[in-house]
Amino acid sequence: MIDAENGGAFSRLKSAVGSIGIPTWIIAGLWAIVLSAGYYKGISVETLLSDTIRRVGMNGVLVLAMVPAIQSGTGPNFALPIGISCGLFALITAIEFDYTGASWLIMSILFSIPIAGVVGYLYGKLLNAVKGSEMTIATYTGFSIVAFMCLIWLVVPFSHPNMGWFMGEGLRETIQLDAIKGANVLNNFAIFNIGGEVVIPTSDDEKGQTFVITEIEKKTTTINIKEVEIPEVKGGGITPTFYIGDIKLPTVIGGKGIRIIKTDSTELPAVRRGITIPTGLLLVFAFFSVLVWLFFRSKAGIAISAGGLNPRFAQAAGLNIDRSRVWANILSTMLGAIGIIIYSQSYGYAQLYQAPMMMAFPAVAAILIGGATASRAKISHVVIGVILFQGLLTTALPVTNALFEGTDLSEIARMVIQNGVILFALTQVKRGG
Amino acid sequence: MSDTLLRFSNVTKNYYGNIVLENINFEVHAGEIHALIGENGAGKSTLMNILFGMPVIHSTGGYDGDVIINGEKTLIKSPFEAMDAGIGMVHQEFMLIPGFTITENIKINREITTPNIVSGVLGKRLETLDMIKMDADARKALDTLDMGIEEYTMVAGLPVGHKQFIEIAREIDKTGIKILVFDEPTAVLTESEAQNLLAAVRRLAKLGIGIVFISHRLDEIMDVADRVTVLRDGQHVATKDVKDTDVVEIAQLMIGRKVTLSRVQSDKRKISDEVMLSVKNLHVAMPGEMVRGIDLEVRKGEIIGIGGLAGQGKLGIANGITGTYLATGKVIFNGKPLPLNSPRSTIEAGIAFVSEDRKGVGLLLDESIELNIAFTAMQIHDKFLSNFFGYKVRNDHEIRKHAERMIKDIDIRCNSPMQNTGSLSGGNQQKVCVARALTQNPQFLFVSEPTRGIDIGAKKLILDLLLKLNEEYGMTIVMTSSELAELRSICDKIVIICGGAVEGVLMPEASDAEFGLMMSGSRAHVRGNDK
Repeated sequence: MIDAENGGAFSRLKSAVGSIGIPTWIIAGLWAIVLSAGYYKGISVETLLSDTIRRVGMNGVLVLAMVPAIQSGTGPNFALPIGISCGLFALITAIEFDYTGASWLIMSILFSIPIAGVVGYLYGKLLNAVKGSEMTIATYTGFSIVAFMCLIWLVVPFSHPNMGWFMGEGLRETIQLDAIKGANVLNNFAIFNIGGEVVIPTSDDEKGQTFVITEIEKKTTTINIKEVEIPEVKGGGITPTFYIGDIKLPTVIGGKGIRIIKTDSTELPAVRRGITIPTGLLLVFAFFSVLVWLFFRSKAGIAISAGGLNPRFAQAAGLNIDRSRVWANILSTMLGAIGIIIYSQSYGYAQLYQAPMMMAFPAVAAILIGGATASRAKISHVVIGVILFQGLLTTALPVTNALFEGTDLSEIARMVIQNGVILFALTQVKRGG
Repeated sequence: MSDTLLRFSNVTKNYYGNIVLENINFEVHAGEIHALIGENGAGKSTLMNILFGMPVIHSTGGYDGDVIINGEKTLIKSPFEAMDAGIGMVHQEFMLIPGFTITENIKINREITTPNIVSGVLGKRLETLDMIKMDADARKALDTLDMGIEEYTMVAGLPVGHKQFIEIAREIDKTGIKILVFDEPTAVLTESEAQNLLAAVRRLAKLGIGIVFISHRLDEIMDVADRVTVLRDGQHVATKDVKDTDVVEIAQLMIGRKVTLSRVQSDKRKISDEVMLSVKNLHVAMPGEMVRGIDLEVRKGEIIGIGGLAGQGKLGIANGITGTYLATGKVIFNGKPLPLNSPRSTIEAGIAFVSEDRKGVGLLLDESIELNIAFTAMQIHDKFLSNFFGYKVRNDHEIRKHAERMIKDIDIRCNSPMQNTGSLSGGNQQKVCVARALTQNPQFLFVSEPTRGIDIGAKKLILDLLLKLNEEYGMTIVMTSSELAELRSICDKIVIICGGAVEGVLMPEASDAEFGLMMSGSRAHVRGNDK
């Protein structure tokens, strides 16, 4: 009996492991190696993880945009720049109408949906006309749209002072969202830290000294070297600054639950920031994930999936595949538009002109690494994929920086890793599909 | 006639324990035209695959018995070795390059070349083509076939009959060709083209080449062949001199009495006089199964069988009416005209279709059994959906409940309703297809090749299921099948299709000879058989 149960548990584990593809394991292994290399080089793993989490939230919806396109059989949406352009246009329109902060974010998303709807419809029609070579056509449609939008950014008659050049016509290349209080609107919603600490050294000659921790509200607390709990720093978007003696500690984001402990290390004092959780950002990603998941459980969603898996089956069942494909691409374009708005607020800048050109590739790579194929994608593929891909990228940059100290190789190394991973993912595109 | 070019001696072949050829003995003499005949699946292709050393034979464990060529026991391991041994094949589908001239097509990969400076350095592959010699060779081959066409004509745009001749010319241009196999060479030709071809075949035989002539057309065989060998279910049935036999006998030998699927009839069945489906002048553009003007009437409660040889158009009928392939014509269902080329309206009218292409059209192989079963009913009839804030979302509970009932009712062998259909056996996949059709609650069911690729036990289950549906629910069924035995076991009458048209209608009790003759389109040649 026990054997049988063990066997059952083992085979369940085996099937769970087996259901995650080898490419996914390879990337996961690579990430683990880079992370440990970073750890031995003295890079804070917590910082790396915080950045990873933030970037997962940033990119999540863009990766989600791949799901409808793949499920409908048009392949990964290499024309993501189309949706991105729609989102950027909506975003600057909202700025032009003088919306700021959270209302800017909401209005941007509301504007983007109808724009992306119309554009996605036209794009879906285009894909139906080029059946069989969707991926290539999509890639170049994306490139063309970016070029076309460069003209639009130059001639659009928007005159908001935060967007124009200092002289001449047209919009700036990079629009600072700080200026309209739009940066990190979602990131900072209910943001908190896990396991953040201020670490104070305890070498002999420092014993008995007092350390002054100054908070931004100028309240001074004096503490001895011993474990002290700071009750709760009222953060709310304000960044408190800590001092130990005259040494300014690195900025602490969040602030809740910061603990001061003693340590034997002499290299510190330093602050361990812990792992920062941008709650709002992750919630929005989760919300859209659930929405897409629900959609693919609906009648329309199942019809789209069937059309992608086996067009002849769907046709024989009386479905209009062309219409399904158009709907799927409308959905994908909308998600791309919303995705770039979420991305921009987290990045702090809206990047126009050439910036969206290559943005489809990381998103495509992420979902493929997550285990999707050219004809099958699930929400789990999105989540696993975006974590692994962004995790590897955000980790690789500081780690290569540390490994190739003093050289200019880090940027090259990053390019090698990023494009290498994308290339690896693209080789997986036909797998099983 | 004593000069034996090719001899099969006790050749036996099995695929994974499944015997497809058993103790085949036959020989081809120089200058003889030896016809090989049998139903689909009788083993003709397997025999030819052995002769040509196709990889499919050797990757599945080779064969038993001997192939003796020119008195020597030969083991041919690849098509190249077959070519060296002087065996050629004229294919059913043309293997020609349209953008090349006739000469280039005939001489491809066997070009005559002369050395030049570049080839002296870089090797033989860069030698100059000797077009004059090549043209002369091509001319000779074309003349042998009595074909007046210029050898420098481009192949693209030539009529089908000419292309067939170019294929033959290519084979006879090969030096030392001794045995030439024709695989249904007249299947795609018009009557006059076919006559020309047969004349050419005779001419080649006179040159001393041994010819294996595979065909379904009995008339043709009577016309051209010296001897005929009949295969049935992998068995060597008979070899006869053509002058000692007649069309009726060959037809009888070809069909034979199969493993009897006994005919069960109950008195519960109700066949009304009401015509449920009426088809007028149906044309269907299904590649390889063209339908060229068919009239058909099906009464309520009937089980109609559609039979015929492969490629004659029997499969096109159901596919055309249900909208899988482009169709024209007039279809009246239940007194109302049924729009063609619209699968949706067919399904809405209450017609379900179990496709012959189980994996291509019938199933979502990467999806669960339960979704496969519920799919069409969900999409067309809005079943298995629940309301989620005004949004229709699949109702897992109902889908599961229904799937479990179906699995029990029609005995689908599976681990769970969540198993992917791709991992099921053929018979169980077929049952899933039937289950989906039943879930649509149809009044009328088209079933195509329901037992293709299914073992004999499962066959019986599927046929019993169809019979049960007809008896208990009064479902009208049109079953298309290549297997006469199964049509005969459950159908009320059997429509035989030949050349895309109705050749005739037979009762299941009709004799083997009648079926054989009708299927090969030779009925007109036999007196007293025009009912």
